[in-house]
Amino acid sequence: MSEWWTYRLDDFLLFSPRTYWRLFEAQNAALWPLPLATTAAGLAALLLILFRAPGASLGMGLVFGVVWAFVGYSFLLERYATINWAVAYLGPAFFIQALLMGGAALRAGALAFRRLDGVGVAGLTLALVALLVFPVLPLAAGRPFACAEVFGIAPDPTVIATIGVLLIVRGGWLAVLLPIPLLWCVFSGLTLLAMDETQAWLLLGAPALTFGLGVVRFGPRWVRRPEPRV
Amino acid sequence: MTITRRRLLETAALGAAMPLLPATRLFAQDAPLMRTIPASGEAIPAIGLGTWITFNVGDDRQLQAECTAVMAAFFAAGGRMIDSSPMYGSSQAVVGRGLATLDRRDAVFSAEKVWTTSAANGPAQIVQTRRLWGVDRFDLLQVHNLLGWEAHLDTLQAMKAAGRLRYTGITTSEGRRHDLVETIMRRHPIDFLQLSYNPVDRDAERRLLPLAAERGIAVIINRPFRQGALTRRLAREPLPDWAGAAGATSWAQLILGFILSHPAVTVAIPATTRVDHVRENLAAAGGVLPDRALRERIAAHIGAL
Repeated sequence: MSEWWTYRLDDFLLFSPRTYWRLFEAQNAALWPLPLATTAAGLAALLLILFRAPGASLGMGLVFGVVWAFVGYSFLLERYATINWAVAYLGPAFFIQALLMGGAALRAGALAFRRLDGVGVAGLTLALVALLVFPVLPLAAGRPFACAEVFGIAPDPTVIATIGVLLIVRGGWLAVLLPIPLLWCVFSGLTLLAMDETQAWLLLGAPALTFGLGVVRFGPRWVRRPEPRV
Repeated sequence: MTITRRRLLETAALGAAMPLLPATRLFAQDAPLMRTIPASGEAIPAIGLGTWITFNVGDDRQLQAECTAVMAAFFAAGGRMIDSSPMYGSSQAVVGRGLATLDRRDAVFSAEKVWTTSAANGPAQIVQTRRLWGVDRFDLLQVHNLLGWEAHLDTLQAMKAAGRLRYTGITTSEGRRHDLVETIMRRHPIDFLQLSYNPVDRDAERRLLPLAAERGIAVIINRPFRQGALTRRLAREPLPDWAGAAGATSWAQLILGFILSHPAVTVAIPATTRVDHVRENLAAAGGVLPDRALRERIAAHIGAL
């Protein structure tokens, strides 16, 4: 791209905000009452993780693996890609993430569940925001409730909830499980920013928060908090 | 025309949008300002219809019907040139669907683009674009934002020589790469140049518009309202008393009057999703145009707001 410095963020926006938000309205209408079921599944997975229940890893991997694949196909490729050709290239990343989530759940020791520390509380908050606050954001933004973004149905709450639970759990697979959700947050956050939508900062704030919490958990000793006793 | 369930649904959707269109405007309209394409002497209405963002509505049937209603109003008001690009998402398919629904493929002046870095992919992209529009051939094909321009211009010239295309062109926007545009205009036999021009983006006046007039190249003006940002900003300000002298009853008409009053400009292609805006835009090309002094007054006034 020549003279790239002359381009503004909104030069890359291919569609109007109205067209974008109507995608969610159509998605919800086509899948109703599935949004209720996906939200319930997300909350159930969160409870399994919080209580470190037997099968928590499998339950989390199953729920998150399925919703990533479902959102990648039903929303990104079937709907969003019709107005944003770049999304056709991003859709496969959701399938890769689905496989990674499933793989982490099935591989013993890939993820560990411990008592919540400060980072875990932040992750829990993020997951709850994705599951319970995202659907009512249209009311605050003056949009119809019918275009609510719901976990397991729309990408942004699905991705934010995933980052939230990955902040709660531990394990060596986090390094491969986090990049795709974080990159999506940047992509979607910049898209919303180009549309002058305030909730862009939720998406752009998630990677910044994750990075900051990562430093707290894995950074230099002087910023790390003591590991809670299991 | 084959009647299918889809066509019936589309016609019904269009019918639902029709109350937005006053009947008198659908069936009777003042003739818009006409301009001449220098390469051929062909006359063309000075207001066209852009599709960037506004027609990229995907599979949304309601929004597709609204786009078709915009096209219906555009043709009813005497408009002809519709401009799109492979870069514009679903816009090409929406235009094609609208043309089929309205049965106006014969009325449209089809202005399209080739947009790919690969010289080899250009012809295949053009075939796909033609399929989406549902036309036998394009009136105008332009190299979008000069992407792979040398190879694509060769392709377009060959198509024109073979009678599979009427006009060739290049595009740029927002003042980018004017040096290269000037070089191409001097060295290659293009029929059209598309660029951005309005009362606050006047860089084209220095070299490109005079050169286009000198070399007999038609000029299409994109982003006349800076993608709506200019008219949104001006909406907060009162229209000056002297706007009537420029034949304008709105900021959009004042801006279009400024643009069309430059003698090198052939067609301006504002994009909109609203039927009333289409009528307003075409009406801008039906009245008096500002003279040189009034042009400067318009630019100074808008620039100061």
